[in-house]
Amino acid sequence: MTLLSVKNLRVTFPTRQGPVDVVRGVSFDLGRERLGIVGESGSGKSQTGRAILGLTPSPGKVAADVLSFDGIDLRNADARLWRSLRGVRMSMVMQDPKFSLNPVMTIGRQLIEAGRRTVSKPQAKAAAMAMLEAVQIRDPKRVFSAYPHELSGGMGQRAMIAMMLITEPDLLIADEPTSALDVTVQIEVLRILDRLVTDRGMGLIFISHDLRLVSSFCDRVLVMYAGRIVEEVKASDLGQAQHPYTQGLLRCLPQIEGGARPLPTLQRDAEWAR
Amino acid sequence: MGLIDIQALEVTFTGGAAPVRAVRGLTLSVNEGESYGIVGESGSGKSTVLRAICGLAPTSGGVISVDGTALSRPRTPDFYRRVQMVFQDPYASLHPRHTVDRVLAEPLAIHGFTDAERRIETALTDVGLGTGFRFRYPHQLSGGQRQRVAIARALILEPRVLLLDEPTSALDASIQAEVLNLLDRLRGERGLTYVLVSHDLAVVAHMCERLTVMQHGLAVEELTRADLQARRAQMDYTRALLAASEGYRANDPMEASSSSAARA
Amino acid sequence: MTTMTRREWLLSDAPNSRAQARWGQMYRTWVALKANKLAMVGLSIIVVLVLMAIFAPILAPYDPILSGNIRTERLLPPSWDHWMGTDDQAFDIWSRIVYGARLTLLVVALVALIATPIGLLFGTAAGYFGGWIDVVLMRITDIFLAFPRLILALAFVSALGPGIENAIIAIAITSWPPYARLARAETLTIRESDFIAAARLQGASSWRILWGHVTPLCLSSVIVRVTLDMAGIILTAAGLGFLGLGARPPQPEWGAMIAGGRRFIIDYWWVATMPGAAIFIVSLGFNLLGDGLRDVLDPKARK
Repeated sequence: MTLLSVKNLRVTFPTRQGPVDVVRGVSFDLGRERLGIVGESGSGKSQTGRAILGLTPSPGKVAADVLSFDGIDLRNADARLWRSLRGVRMSMVMQDPKFSLNPVMTIGRQLIEAGRRTVSKPQAKAAAMAMLEAVQIRDPKRVFSAYPHELSGGMGQRAMIAMMLITEPDLLIADEPTSALDVTVQIEVLRILDRLVTDRGMGLIFISHDLRLVSSFCDRVLVMYAGRIVEEVKASDLGQAQHPYTQGLLRCLPQIEGGARPLPTLQRDAEWAR
Repeated sequence: MGLIDIQALEVTFTGGAAPVRAVRGLTLSVNEGESYGIVGESGSGKSTVLRAICGLAPTSGGVISVDGTALSRPRTPDFYRRVQMVFQDPYASLHPRHTVDRVLAEPLAIHGFTDAERRIETALTDVGLGTGFRFRYPHQLSGGQRQRVAIARALILEPRVLLLDEPTSALDASIQAEVLNLLDRLRGERGLTYVLVSHDLAVVAHMCERLTVMQHGLAVEELTRADLQARRAQMDYTRALLAASEGYRANDPMEASSSSAARA
Repeated sequence: MTTMTRREWLLSDAPNSRAQARWGQMYRTWVALKANKLAMVGLSIIVVLVLMAIFAPILAPYDPILSGNIRTERLLPPSWDHWMGTDDQAFDIWSRIVYGARLTLLVVALVALIATPIGLLFGTAAGYFGGWIDVVLMRITDIFLAFPRLILALAFVSALGPGIENAIIAIAITSWPPYARLARAETLTIRESDFIAAARLQGASSWRILWGHVTPLCLSSVIVRVTLDMAGIILTAAGLGFLGLGARPPQPEWGAMIAGGRRFIIDYWWVATMPGAAIFIVSLGFNLLGDGLRDVLDPKARK
């Protein structure tokens, strides 16, 4: 079943030199699965995620042939429709929890605030506690009454995920959700996301620069370059990727086992950006 | 005796509510011409070790010696000609209002070099930028180019030791490969000694012959590259790091069965 | 070079010389500033003020300190002969305003030249060295900040004696503390940055770092602040003149002119209004320019 359908998505920013397309005709369908979007800085991967949630910063403009979420056309959604969707049926986890959590509100209050959009206040409180436990926070009571600055990076990111998931959205867009975290914590956070997708049947778009991590976590990977999808591969078949960009990205990573020295570098081809 | 000897190094940051012991009794020795890695997660004290070597962090105990002589405080000008550092974030380590030319001329002026022109041009060529970049401002450079300028700045005084603090963690993977290759080549050409700090085991395995794993300011264990490649780690923490560097695995064996059942 | 226009040369992403890099940088700032219409209005006001000061002898039809016929030319309303009328001493007000531009500019320029370096030096040194240097320098700053500026300037002028030179010194002495505070705050954030650490690792001395690395970064926000403060400086100078502690008569100082006209403000409105309008317009000009400069030079305040 298709949860999200995107066809020919374009995001344009006006500059002094004229309009610049940062996303140029991206199309994909998402079911209740884990979809990875991988690319280097400037590839348009983050802007793709933002455009889906209507969060393109002004003066950016979004255009698409199809942009529908569960049958709802998002292209000309008004503020009211966005309010009923964002944070309720579709949510986003950003890279750094420090900038996404309100610094002067306790985690608990922020969770209840988020949860109250679908249920009553007492229910929201119960749901908040349950959610903190679901994201593997060992001492949910302490975190509930803590302020964001009292939490470590990993804890903050878990609290953030809890807040985004308390309304049990159908779609979660995670933009580099683990890049600010240590590797060992990173794996734990991914495990939480994994469980939520499996247990709740949520659709997940996982945006990252880390090809290896994405391919080990997602079902399907879209590789973006200069605003376009250059290749779509099943995560398990990444080794057989066809596009020279994907191949180059994989090869240029150093490996613990040792490998080529010097490392093969990526020879960019103007043809890829067309 | 190595080129750099660190004996029972202690670094304590006071000033906060409680003093923080960032490095606790670290001992290590780096040989001339070697590339030595320090691996750890954030807060492990790995970067603090580098800062302590060059006098940017307050040492509260222990001895650091280079070439057999204990370092004086403050460091002598001679020290800076032997030891230089490359920082993690190329967007923060270059002065936003200085051109590349000014960045490279500054150390030469401080140390009284007279052939600045020639040295600046050679330095830019050596790091693969070419003289066309000489009069640009940092905002006219990409991240990889900035890091090359930072490397040129570190090398322009012809030091023997280069301290590298996560030199590629702020760069894209393809740029990382280019910068690592550059560092590798420069070491081969000049017989430099590297101390490389990173959170990425693969980068350290690629670049360094020996490494120390740090956690909470303590050295967990010291490994050779061969140990790392054969996954001969003794300590649980090192094993956890090794496992995490492989990427995500569906679940640890215990949970794997239950979750695959749920998926089916 | 021959195929390149001057604009392309300035905007080149790969300059060939130090001079080209510097000019290019300035040109970019200028282009950004030019896009701000209000800042351009402010700049034109100030340019007009400067031109007025330079060409005062040509623009002024009468001598500013030689009065006309006291019996026949006193308190005349604005007319073709006297564009802004005359005052109770039979001076032509327009001529005095034109020559007053010189005094105003003198005050503004000297105060900026004296106060900015003091503020920068105190602020950057306090912020960079920290410790007891910071404590001593900032407590001195606090003492100056504890008094309202005009009151403190009054006290200084009373001690030094009235006169435009002493007024300038008094205003300069009282206007540097905010710049010191600002420079210190900027320095505190710059001090911890990697590029300062890198400079230290090259063996740069503290003064070299302060002068070559820290000051250029503090300078732009201080310049913005000084420009925005110009209005206040002009008003303080006018205030001192109004109270008879600034320029001595018959010097054509705008504040003193208002003071001279306040006795007949009901019957002969132009005597006080004309210099008042001049002060208002010039203050507005500096404020508009300061706002524009902030948008261009101060990346943190930019949206």
